Amino acid sequence: MKKNVLVWSVIILAFLVVPLLIRSNYLLGVMIIIGLYTIIVIGLGILMGYAGQVSFGHAAFFGLGAYTVAILTTAYHWPTMGALLAAVALPGLVAALIGRPTLKLKELYLALATLAFGILVHILFNEGRTITGGPSGLTSIPYLSLGGLVFDRDIKFYYLVWTTVLVISLAVKNLIGSRVGRALRAIRESEHAAETSGIDTAGLKLQAFVFSGALAGLAGGLYAFYVTFVSPSPFGFHASVQFVLMAVVGGLGTFGGPLLGAWVVVTLGEVLRWAVPLVIPGAGGEYQIIFFGVILVLVMLVRPQGLGTIAEIFKKTAVREVK
Amino acid sequence: MELSSQLLQLLFSGLTLGSIYSLIALALVTTFNITGVLNLAQGEFLALGALLAASLSAAGLPLAAAFVIAVALVTLLSGLVERVAIYPARGASGLTLIIITIGLSISLRGLALLIWGTNPVALPAFSKGAPLAIGGATIGLQSLWIFGLVAVTLAGLFAFFELTYQGKAVRACVINRTAARLVGINPATMSLLAFAGSGAIGAAAGIFIAPITLATYDMGFMLGVKGFVAAAIGGMSSISGAVLGGIILGILEVYFAGLVSSGLKDALALVVLLAVLMLRPEGLLGAVGGRKV
Repeated sequence: MKKNVLVWSVIILAFLVVPLLIRSNYLLGVMIIIGLYTIIVIGLGILMGYAGQVSFGHAAFFGLGAYTVAILTTAYHWPTMGALLAAVALPGLVAALIGRPTLKLKELYLALATLAFGILVHILFNEGRTITGGPSGLTSIPYLSLGGLVFDRDIKFYYLVWTTVLVISLAVKNLIGSRVGRALRAIRESEHAAETSGIDTAGLKLQAFVFSGALAGLAGGLYAFYVTFVSPSPFGFHASVQFVLMAVVGGLGTFGGPLLGAWVVVTLGEVLRWAVPLVIPGAGGEYQIIFFGVILVLVMLVRPQGLGTIAEIFKKTAVREVK
Repeated sequence: MELSSQLLQLLFSGLTLGSIYSLIALALVTTFNITGVLNLAQGEFLALGALLAASLSAAGLPLAAAFVIAVALVTLLSGLVERVAIYPARGASGLTLIIITIGLSISLRGLALLIWGTNPVALPAFSKGAPLAIGGATIGLQSLWIFGLVAVTLAGLFAFFELTYQGKAVRACVINRTAARLVGINPATMSLLAFAGSGAIGAAAGIFIAPITLATYDMGFMLGVKGFVAAAIGGMSSISGAVLGGIILGILEVYFAGLVSSGLKDALALVVLLAVLMLRPEGLLGAVGGRKV
């Protein structure tokens, strides 16, 4: 346990110091994006890794959060904090509405239903011209201001995003260790058995879904304040698949999994964007999707339990040594 | 054009589109029932078939030869894909398998992008001639080819399932995989057969629709999704249900696009899918097959 605290303290310290050492806005931007995706994948990880339910439509909640902020701040001139809260509440509400009928479905059918929901919302972003601005999107979103603090520079945003990640991680750690966490894991292992033990499986699955939808909405709201511009393209099916990829690669049901998954997938994407044109001359960065597909297949074939479990195994042996 | 002939015109377009959806849906349903894999990469087989045929035809091959070679190549590829990515994971959970097929779909689409780029590729119509006029509306010759393909495919599948030993083995797998295995039917062969067959049907469907829609690297994804909607309407368990589901979806979609909004026609299919999954997961006509709820 002490070893764990030490490891996490070092990681947190590294996150505090790194932006002061690197002078590159590009790297800072990549790290902010990793932070935002980590928030989404933490939520998705609860849904997939603990409650055992899949979602191929989480980019929709991410997008709903971003569009909520964009529309409320530009068309209705809401205060930025209010808009951010709405960006958490609205996707959560949508998740609550679609959750009950959707979560009754099992495995494949749940995958299909969430996939359909995700693509449907993406189409609505594109087609709702008068509200969403259509394919060209919405611009001139103001900077987020919290009291007197205006998040107008990347470095401020970096600290905001990673503080949020830390707070959510600690909350989730508590949740997982609680009765609710055990009940969720029971659902993952066997829904029938969980129900027999008196667990309200439908209610808990819905709560996990709403929680993950709200977290994706929060990430979307922050994203809108960060790039100050929203268009439909980052919220398509491909994004939903990437989130699932991050959750799976990081290791489902592990504490550090979401962070690891978001970090690995985003870094890989950036490296491929740079490396693919070198290997295949004339190829644009979009070819990286081939490798995403191949990696997704390989991970599922070779290590369906994800990379995070390597860390878990390491931890288990460490615990044994202490004993 | 007066309204009645306009409606008839839309019906013809709907039947054409619906026929393609039917073919995708029946490939999906057959694979699903034999292997338990919902193949989200099915649409990519259409795209690859269409693109290959367009390139071969542009290289000067006669259309028939381009068709045969393209279908053969995609059949090989889909068989290969099954051996490399699906068969090794046969014991895995449904979720693992569906993620694998999504990964395959992305990879195949990326491969098509790498080879053909983003520009649409044209394939000449199979026969030249004026469209037929029926009741004030017209029906393109390519549509007739597509109806023909559906008829030939259905007849071929019927003959295969009813008259051949292999076909009976496949049907046994569909009815009960474990029991089929107990009487000595090799599920590995059946799985390979299902994927190769889906590849062939998909490639043929892609080539037949290409003269109407043009072939693009990303045409497969939405077609695949529509195939699922059709299969879900039919209840995921019967071939006739899948075919009917496809026709219903095609007609619905074309009427919606023609009379309400063309931008939202893809949204309609998804709404139909969600409605069917939530209200009637056994499909409009299907008996309850498998565990869905």
